[in-house]
Amino acid sequence: MTTFARVAFTLFLLGGAALALSQQTLGQQPERQDEFVPVSELPPTEQMPAAPLLVGAYVFVLVALFVYVLSIARRVGAVQQEVARLEGEIKARARS
Amino acid sequence: MTPRFGAAVWRIVRKDWTVEARSREIAYTTLFFAVSCLLVFAFAIVREGKAPEGAGEGVLWATLTFAGTLALGRTFERERQNETLRALLLAPVPRAAVYVGKLVGVVSLLLALELILAPLVTLLFAAPLLSRPLWLLAILTTGTLGFAAVGTLFAAMLVRARSRDALLPVLLYPVVVPVLIAGVRGTSALVAPEFDVAIARFWLALLVAFDAVFVTLALWTFELVMSD
Amino acid sequence: MPKWFTPLALLCGAMFAVSPLIIANAPYESTMGLVQKIFYYHMPSAWMFLLGAIVCGIASARYLATGDDRHDRTALSAAELTVLFGLLTLVTGPLWARRAWGTFWVWDARVTSSLVGWLVSCAYLILRKYGGPGSERLAAALALFGMANVPFIYISVNYWRTIHPPTTVVPTLQFSMGFPLMFCVAAFLLLFILLMTMHKRLEEGRRRLDALHLAFDE
Repeated sequence: MTTFARVAFTLFLLGGAALALSQQTLGQQPERQDEFVPVSELPPTEQMPAAPLLVGAYVFVLVALFVYVLSIARRVGAVQQEVARLEGEIKARARS
Repeated sequence: MTPRFGAAVWRIVRKDWTVEARSREIAYTTLFFAVSCLLVFAFAIVREGKAPEGAGEGVLWATLTFAGTLALGRTFERERQNETLRALLLAPVPRAAVYVGKLVGVVSLLLALELILAPLVTLLFAAPLLSRPLWLLAILTTGTLGFAAVGTLFAAMLVRARSRDALLPVLLYPVVVPVLIAGVRGTSALVAPEFDVAIARFWLALLVAFDAVFVTLALWTFELVMSD
Repeated sequence: MPKWFTPLALLCGAMFAVSPLIIANAPYESTMGLVQKIFYYHMPSAWMFLLGAIVCGIASARYLATGDDRHDRTALSAAELTVLFGLLTLVTGPLWARRAWGTFWVWDARVTSSLVGWLVSCAYLILRKYGGPGSERLAAALALFGMANVPFIYISVNYWRTIHPPTTVVPTLQFSMGFPLMFCVAAFLLLFILLMTMHKRLEEGRRRLDALHLAFDE
């Protein structure tokens, strides 16, 4: 067996052992939902305060993704410009 | 492990112990840094002259993390300054022996530190850490081994990198989070008024699993990363 | 850029533009109400965060084993995307939690594991940027350790009470909620692939630039 295979096998065994150990319940598991239950209308108490959080979350995601795409596009453009410039200079040098 | 491997490891460990015994530089600086850490924590969390419940184990492991990082940095800085790391890697010993040798050196230093720190924390933060000394020793040993296994690898990797002093904690701390959690939770299980063996055994088992996986992984990675 | 890039980019943009409408038409959840709709962006972000971490880990392992630069470029691109989608997950999560659980942050298993994993990917990028020459292999080793760590982090933090909805929620979703979720997952996945492609193009351009600089200086 290669070293990598040995390591992977050891990791697998020990990971499995650790997981098996963790199945002993330690603390109590408190209330948590196991399903989302859809409803067609909001109960009246829930209408307003959540809206800023919701809008904020979506705006944040879209703005962050947009900024990142712009950042990559800018970097790609800068590199391509630099590559074109250098290639031009090298060709000019080769000619002279 | 062949006899040559064991002999190589022992030679490296003995070299580190000899150098350290003569100058005691790393031992003293790490010890005093750890005590200063304890002071900082004391002023941060002690209220009205009393430490909060359950503070002792947290303070102990946090101090060990910081002092351990310092010790790792200093150990490899010494190797870097004297170019001995390159000499070690060029020597006709298996690479893994170099890693294990340094690891044993770091673990022994940190264990010696813990022998002094645990009673100090017991005293200053009113935490009965020494009530079950064998369990405490087991958890401290396995936790220190896990921390040092990853730390020795990262510190060796960073020896020639820029900003190595700042980068070591940045890389090390997120990866040793499980050790920290298990160490603190295991120690707090020991000081609880009713000692629950099952909980202590769970955390100890997790630490042992972590040690096994990460020493193996570090041995493999050390070969690959230090081969230039 | 490959031929399929522009049409897929347009499709992805259209999907994102349409997604708010589809999400608005999904029914409200009975106990969490309006704010649960953050789920339709939070969950795909979390999945892309995990996907990025896995891609980075595997590429790092292959890079360490073979020394091929292409794997290193893949790992770097995936790490950037892991940080990006991790940030989206860690921001939308607390915004949802503020309403659903009453507090912005809880130290439960999945949240803490995500935070620690995100910190490892940030450390990867910091190392690549400030570590100086030779930091590619060091970063690859870090990525490997980060990936190996995931089960341990999860198990150790699981000691704490966990009130995060378990993953068993997704298979039990009715179609009215399942469709918007899958639509958003498809949009995010498409975006992930497009961003990886762009980023790999960037890295290849940088390699060419370095080679050209060397040729230029002769």
